[in-house]
Amino acid sequence: MADPRGFLTVPTRQNAPRRPVPVRIRDWHEVYQQVDGAVLREQAGRCMDCGVPFCHNGCPLGNLIPEWNDLTRRGDFREAIEQLHATNNFPEFTGKLCPAPCESACVLGINQDAVTIKLVEESIIDRAWENDWVQPLPPERLTGKTVAVIGSGPAGLAAAQQLTRAGHTVAVYERDDALGGLMRYGVPEYKMEKKHIDRRIQQMQAEGTRFRTTVDVGVDVDAARLADRYDAVVLAVGALQPRELDVPGRDLRGVLQAMEYLPQGNKEALGLPVPSWVPEDKRVSAEGKDVVIIGAGDTGADCLGTVLRQNPRSVTQLAIGPTPPADRTGNQPWPTYPLVFRTSSAHEEGGERVYTASTTELVDDGEGGVAALRMVEVVRHPDRSYTVVEGSERELPAQLVLLALGFAGVQKMPMVEQLGLEVGRDGAIVRDERWQTSRPGTFVVGDAGRGASLIVWAIAEGRAAAAAVDEHLTGRPSTLPAPVTPHARPLVV
Amino acid sequence: MAPDQRTSRALARFSAQPEAQGLYDPSAEKDACGVAFVAHLHSGPTHEVVQQALTALRNLDHRGAVGAEVDSGDGAGILMQVPDAFLRETWKDAGLGELPAPGRYAVGLGFLPDDDEEEAVAKAEIAATAAEEGLRVLGWREVPVTASLVGQTARSCMPRFRHLVVTGAGMREGVEGLELDRLAFVLRKRAERELDVYFASLSSRTLVYKGMLTTGQLEPFFPDLSDHRIATQLAIVHSRFSTNTFPSWPLAHPFRYIAHNGEINTVRGNRNWMRARESQLATDLIDGDLSRLFPICTPGASDSASFDEVLELLHLTGRSLPHAVLMMIPEAWENHAQMDAARRAFYAFHASFMEAWDGPAAVTFTDGRLIGAVLDRNGLRPSRYWVTDDGLVVLASEVGVLDIAPERVVSKGRLQPGRMLLIDTGAPSVGGEPASPGRIIPDDEVKGQLAAEHPYQEWVEAGIIKLEDLPEREHVLHTHASVTRRQQAFGYTEEELRLILAPMAANGAEPVGSMGTDTPIAVLSERPRLLFDYFTQLFAQVTNPPLDAIREEVVTSLGVEMGPEHNALTASAEHCRQLRLPFPVVDNDELAKITHLDADGEGTGFATVRVRGLYRVAGGGEELERRLLEICAEVSAAIDGGARFVLLSDRDGDAVWAPIPSLLLTSAVHHHLLREKTRTQVGLVVEAGDVREVHHVALLIGFGAACVNPYLAMESVEDLTRHGLLEGSDPQQCVRNLIYALGKGVLKVMSKMGISTVASYRGAQVFEAIGLSQELVDRWFTGTTSQLGGVGLDVVAAEVAARHARAYPVEGTAPAHRRLDVGGEYQWKREGEPHLFDPETVFRLQHATRARRYDVFQQYTSRVDEQSERLMTLRGLFAFKEAAATGRQPVPLDEVEPVSEIVKRFSTGAMSYGSISAEAHETLAVAMNRLGAKSNTGEGGEDVERLLDPERRSAIKQIASGRFGVTSAYLTHATDLQIKMAQGAKPGEGGQLPGPKVYPNIAKTRHATPGVGLISPPPHHDIYSIEDLAQLIHDLKNANPAARIHTKLVSEVGVGTVAAGVAKAHSDVVLVSGHDGGTGAAPLTSLKHAGAPWELGLAETQQTLLLNGLRDRVSVQVDGALKTGRDVVVAALLGAEEYGFSTAPLVVSGCIMMRVCQLDTCPVGVATQNPVLRERFTGKPEFVVTFFEYLAEEVREHLAALGFRSLDEAVGQVGSLDVRRAVDHWKASGLDLSPVLADVEVADGASRRQLVSQDHGLEKALDHQLIAASRAAFDSGERVSATFAVRNVNRTVGTMLGHEVTKRFGPDGAPDGTIDLTLVGSAGQSFGAFLPAGVTLRLVGDANDYVGKGLSGGRVVVRPHESAPFLRDAADNVVAGNTVGYGATSGEVFLSGRVGERFAVRNSGASIVVEGTGDHACEYMTGGTVVVLGETGRNLGAGMSGGRAFVLDLEPEKLNGAAVRSGELVSSPVAPGSAEAELLSSLLARHAEETGSAVATALLSEGETALERFTALVPRDFARVTALREQAAAEGNDPDGEGVWLQIMEAVRG
Repeated sequence: MADPRGFLTVPTRQNAPRRPVPVRIRDWHEVYQQVDGAVLREQAGRCMDCGVPFCHNGCPLGNLIPEWNDLTRRGDFREAIEQLHATNNFPEFTGKLCPAPCESACVLGINQDAVTIKLVEESIIDRAWENDWVQPLPPERLTGKTVAVIGSGPAGLAAAQQLTRAGHTVAVYERDDALGGLMRYGVPEYKMEKKHIDRRIQQMQAEGTRFRTTVDVGVDVDAARLADRYDAVVLAVGALQPRELDVPGRDLRGVLQAMEYLPQGNKEALGLPVPSWVPEDKRVSAEGKDVVIIGAGDTGADCLGTVLRQNPRSVTQLAIGPTPPADRTGNQPWPTYPLVFRTSSAHEEGGERVYTASTTELVDDGEGGVAALRMVEVVRHPDRSYTVVEGSERELPAQLVLLALGFAGVQKMPMVEQLGLEVGRDGAIVRDERWQTSRPGTFVVGDAGRGASLIVWAIAEGRAAAAAVDEHLTGRPSTLPAPVTPHARPLVV
Repeated sequence: MAPDQRTSRALARFSAQPEAQGLYDPSAEKDACGVAFVAHLHSGPTHEVVQQALTALRNLDHRGAVGAEVDSGDGAGILMQVPDAFLRETWKDAGLGELPAPGRYAVGLGFLPDDDEEEAVAKAEIAATAAEEGLRVLGWREVPVTASLVGQTARSCMPRFRHLVVTGAGMREGVEGLELDRLAFVLRKRAERELDVYFASLSSRTLVYKGMLTTGQLEPFFPDLSDHRIATQLAIVHSRFSTNTFPSWPLAHPFRYIAHNGEINTVRGNRNWMRARESQLATDLIDGDLSRLFPICTPGASDSASFDEVLELLHLTGRSLPHAVLMMIPEAWENHAQMDAARRAFYAFHASFMEAWDGPAAVTFTDGRLIGAVLDRNGLRPSRYWVTDDGLVVLASEVGVLDIAPERVVSKGRLQPGRMLLIDTGAPSVGGEPASPGRIIPDDEVKGQLAAEHPYQEWVEAGIIKLEDLPEREHVLHTHASVTRRQQAFGYTEEELRLILAPMAANGAEPVGSMGTDTPIAVLSERPRLLFDYFTQLFAQVTNPPLDAIREEVVTSLGVEMGPEHNALTASAEHCRQLRLPFPVVDNDELAKITHLDADGEGTGFATVRVRGLYRVAGGGEELERRLLEICAEVSAAIDGGARFVLLSDRDGDAVWAPIPSLLLTSAVHHHLLREKTRTQVGLVVEAGDVREVHHVALLIGFGAACVNPYLAMESVEDLTRHGLLEGSDPQQCVRNLIYALGKGVLKVMSKMGISTVASYRGAQVFEAIGLSQELVDRWFTGTTSQLGGVGLDVVAAEVAARHARAYPVEGTAPAHRRLDVGGEYQWKREGEPHLFDPETVFRLQHATRARRYDVFQQYTSRVDEQSERLMTLRGLFAFKEAAATGRQPVPLDEVEPVSEIVKRFSTGAMSYGSISAEAHETLAVAMNRLGAKSNTGEGGEDVERLLDPERRSAIKQIASGRFGVTSAYLTHATDLQIKMAQGAKPGEGGQLPGPKVYPNIAKTRHATPGVGLISPPPHHDIYSIEDLAQLIHDLKNANPAARIHTKLVSEVGVGTVAAGVAKAHSDVVLVSGHDGGTGAAPLTSLKHAGAPWELGLAETQQTLLLNGLRDRVSVQVDGALKTGRDVVVAALLGAEEYGFSTAPLVVSGCIMMRVCQLDTCPVGVATQNPVLRERFTGKPEFVVTFFEYLAEEVREHLAALGFRSLDEAVGQVGSLDVRRAVDHWKASGLDLSPVLADVEVADGASRRQLVSQDHGLEKALDHQLIAASRAAFDSGERVSATFAVRNVNRTVGTMLGHEVTKRFGPDGAPDGTIDLTLVGSAGQSFGAFLPAGVTLRLVGDANDYVGKGLSGGRVVVRPHESAPFLRDAADNVVAGNTVGYGATSGEVFLSGRVGERFAVRNSGASIVVEGTGDHACEYMTGGTVVVLGETGRNLGAGMSGGRAFVLDLEPEKLNGAAVRSGELVSSPVAPGSAEAELLSSLLARHAEETGSAVATALLSEGETALERFTALVPRDFARVTALREQAAAEGNDPDGEGVWLQIMEAVRG
């Protein structure tokens, strides 16, 4: 029972404060600060407890948003975390990293600022950790069944935790030296400090989940053999095949894929050495350089924030599309997740954004390194084709060019072949309605099955697939929740 | 029907009622009627009395009805004294010899088979049976009849009519009177059971003639009645209005002792209890085994017949007829503080072995010497009487049924609720009573004598144990973990804790929600549902009214007696040795008291046996059944062992033992004991963990429980006070609140059913089942209707097991962080029940209509229609047959009628301006007007500027119980007029617009005061029966002869029968609403658990109308969550020709199903009056137009595929519907939908849709003469006056005239004094209804009910004739009937005399002066002024929220107690010189001037001092607001401005 008039008495949205730009770009700590308790409760009280909570639908996890908004309003964080954990294994991950499609779907957002759902979510889990309410929940009985989860990103971890708690014995394989997948080295420290992952891993270990790092399945061990040793295998290997930029000069030194660059930033942030597997010619820092980032998505923004913390000379971010509209347009009505002009924390911190910019060539500095980027202005037509604006060609100085053009499915890796998996045209591993790949007993979750998507989808997939795996293992209908189906998609026109 | 029930063969033999077929079930048939008696105090038997009675009957013709054939009546009859002289002579004339002395022979009109051989057999058998019973048949006389008079259908089952005469034989030679009647009774009972004969009566004292006749046919049909030798001193006549057109000769009234106008709502329970009592019945007065008379209540007979049968038994076994009547229809004694203690004890004593037969009733009764009449406790039937100077007493449903010169009438009275009119005619000795002078026995004398017959008071005080007197016991507290586990086992959801339990515990009231339910019914749900969910509450509509348990609480009672009963035919101290509970829901401590009753050393001797209602869950349905049988045996053994209370408990379950659903447990034991006839030896107490809603408690009591202990609900609440939602609250108070809310909620449920007391409600089974198999219902819920069959015990057990598994997981671990199921029944949740309106459908519908995307619209409809993955609706189980399969050809799309034609069939639903914003309301209206379709005002009236604007007005004007803004102008400017009998979301309930939503603009439209809350009563106070509805239809037709009249009903079992009655009442349109209709506010219990899907109601309506031959005269409209073109076509095929939509067009206008309409916080400006939020409204008429066009386009596509060129072609073509194949659903696969698709055979050429118009009979209206006489006023505005005679058959006088005035002069009427008409005589009902300004009607004589109903500025004056002997005491005589001035908005009424119940109810602006009123005066009044110059009844000012009442010599205890206690109603003396005093004086003067009133004249002569005798009644909030507004106006501020509004809000919120 929410306060029915809360949204009228508190008309404005108030988010968590961000640390001042000049301060925060000098370190790698998180940008956001905790919000004042009274403000938080007031903000949570703006929730209208809708008859049809669109937020709850907008969230792939099906987070019980009105429920815990009200519990937060009433200050019952103990019960709030119960309700939050009911649908979400890792609310601190989503609280920090999710772009909050729930808020786009918030009914209040029709004609007012949406409720600060994400802030509430993060605040609940913060308090839970502070109060030691997050405890391991080991199963009461073990089934004797074993599961290998390959990949320790959010999808793999969610599946692993669900299956462990259901009584199955789960081993998580990770090729990297630390757990967390993209969250570990793809997400900059200033967005989520890595201690949050470690804390969760400890909880999972206490529940009985086993972790095997630096095992590259398919390389270090034959994937099929490994699979045979388990009653089920869950692939959560991500969709890390980057889209390429097909222009002259792509091979120049100083032209990196975002995923080649970001892990290095994170190592730096944590005071760790750049891993030995990074080739010499890819080891970079933006310090003192003119940097151009191609791609205006979240990855581009992550690059931007990381670059800015390395004291560059200049940063420019290029987008091929036009400047997004400030507000929703007719073809992306409420409650869909709209493409609008967004200013992330990184954008606040510096750099220039250039729209309708198409790169034509990367210019050699004469020593095999990049010196500049040539671009033209383009016009996008309704059929999504582009034409070049005549005479618009110009050159940007660039000693570092970062490519953040998106991903095209599962990385090329031996495992796929070893397991005989079918891969779709979109690069994702093909699966059926029960999350199962073309290889019986092998399941696929997260970006590997869906294509690159949001962390909240990854966790939702991990949870849902766990239910299917549980059924596969026990031969009975599972009592585990299944928030999404393998082919579910967000609401669009 | 149980196998041991012996049915009456005669009932079937002489009836053309069809067998049950499709959804039609003859047991749903209802009737209502007009009734009258004539008695002479000292004349001796005369033929004149017969003639007077027949005349009275003919003048009640409009209260009866005719069927499809005008010459087949619904039934008419007469009950008189045995006309000895006449019989004696005709007997001799027929060559049958000499009759014995008067009183020594019993005579009766027998209905015999129309077949020589069968007749002979019957006569022989009767002779043999008579011999066995100590009687001798003296002979049979052929009673002449004029068979040619009656219609073909009535003749098809017409019996032969014979007078049978029997006399005592052998040992019984010479018995007479009552003693002979006992023998005749046994003979009659046996004959009817065993043979094809029926006796209208068989008595030495009385004789009945009756048949399937119209009132006018009775006498010519039975020429005996015209014979001047036939004579009596008293007679009862009755004219029947049945809801069907099927003749049934035995069902005509009168019965053997009574004629009844009304309906017994508790009859199913009463019959069950009577059967249970049979084993204990014993009497010395009837020889031999009584079981040859059982069942006392003949199966298949009507409620009235059952009443008569029980009354007869009670009377013949030693009680006087008045005594027996008071046992069965006690007055409202339970909460009557002023009642004499002895009389109270009399009622309390009898209540311990006879529950009231509850429901609207005017019962006239006679034993041949005494004749009398009573009303039900609510006074829901009119009854008026006149006494003449020569001792004639005429009582009838209406005054004026006999022409009696005014100077001869010495008094005019009316029956009052709970009062008995009793006349001892002092008739000559039959059965030993000496002849004596006739007289009227005063009510006090009758009851005083009866109460003194036994030391009832002593018996009651010694016998009845009060719960509160028992010692306290220790309270047990349960741990959180234990509570949670059991919550899981009983399927609790987080939502239930949040939305049901917490609000009840916090507020002590049921939670309220809004919009309609759009989740699947239990049998279609994929999830395990509680057995409770398969039952839906039946509710009173049309044939009887729902009650108002809040405003009229004085007539209700929640108290119950429980414990063993004794022989109902005797009386002793032991009879009332019972436990009395003040409330039907008990907490744990009270339960402990009950179970320890004997152990406490109180010496009660009441042993309680606890029965474990658990079964081994692993055994499934078989084990469940085995265990139920075992439990029944345990209970039987316990009773044999002396148990007097049985505690059915589902506590103590564990991993192996799961709870049996408490409803199944209770009903199984209840029906087992009924069958064993040991039911009345024990009280059933139910301790149930699954109970947490009002509906649950209501069901348990409705199926036999005496009281319910919802232990887990209480423990849950206690738990919530320790952790969670109610943390920090006082646990004890919270539990008390919960219990109060549950108990009060039961009262509300009962009142929807028209039942006043729990004692009568217990076991009454006023529910239907949807989705339970016939076998399950017959076995465990005997007598309950389940139209579609459904699941059996195996599924019930599977549902239990699924819940149980949550608490006790079979293997492994329960999922983490998941304590209880999330719910999702009330709000959409991902993991909960699916809703038709979910995020996707809302989004797609809005986007499709805003962006004009037909492709997106189709995505929306396919998500609603496509139910292969998840079942949502019954219609989802249907499939369309392709054209070829029905012998049709698909039609090219362009040959199907265009969108523009189809949209004309569409209307938007009744959403009041008040519940939704002006913007939303007008958007719909503008869209519908553009389309040529219709929008509906809802019940909030319509602003004059919109009323007259063809673009913005609503074509359909609704008339609901609140009558807000229902004026002559409102009615005149309508295309259709809709009477809302019920609303799908909350059938049987009224509504409430809370003060903060009554913004100034709303107040203006509703003729109300800003900031002051408005109540719509549960019933229309002018519709307590079908004939009342006919009257209102007639009123509205007069108010606008061009408009079609709709009657809106809600789907429930039997709605088809009601619809047939409505068609016979001349409604032009019958609207059947689904249970899923929306609302701005309704208790959640009602939203979810009352009413049935429209598919059922519509199909039943179509089938019943066709069977009755009534379909062609009425249009059928359907509404209730219609969303797609497919829905429309399914509805068409099932029989609807018009379609209503509400929620969907609201969603198109921006509604996003917040379900907070009741809170005024709608964030999209749809359901709010808050100006800030209204600005956020984004709907446009274009969107709504697009929606309906798209919908029509889909309809066209479906029609084309089905092979129809128009909707008309498709209406009623059920052959095009099929049941979807291969429905693989664990529950729904047991459903049998064939009854819905049953195709009723119709005669060649009979239409399946409306083709002809109703005959409203307006051409006979007196108003044509009034209009003609007023011609000069219309032509030139001249003043006119004239005088006419008027009779009771002249109904609705002045209304058509008023309509012409409104048309001619505009909404404000004509200048005062333009038309001034005088009428002399007794006016029929609705005199001066909706009379506009400029018209004065002066009635010299008296009037019936509804005088000045809806008065719209006109003036009505009623005063007695100058020659009336009682003129000086006019104030003591009744001058008009019930419900005077109902819904009046302005104008004046002056009544010189008293009036009946519910005077000035819902008056919002008229000034009315009267000289005495019945109960419930000024109820719900919101404005205007009332002056009462005499006595008032009880419950004055209930729900009154505005206006002023001045009462002379007020007795404060007559005021509504709750209103006085809460301070809502303030009474104060009239201050001399005040504005009030001035107002009162001027009204007194006007009254004296207009009526010549003796009392007003006397008061005026006393001057100022007279005013001191008056008390002014003013509602508190009204006074505050009025003062603020007057002050603002005085200061030059806008009283409707923002500033004043804020002050008002502050004032009324305190």
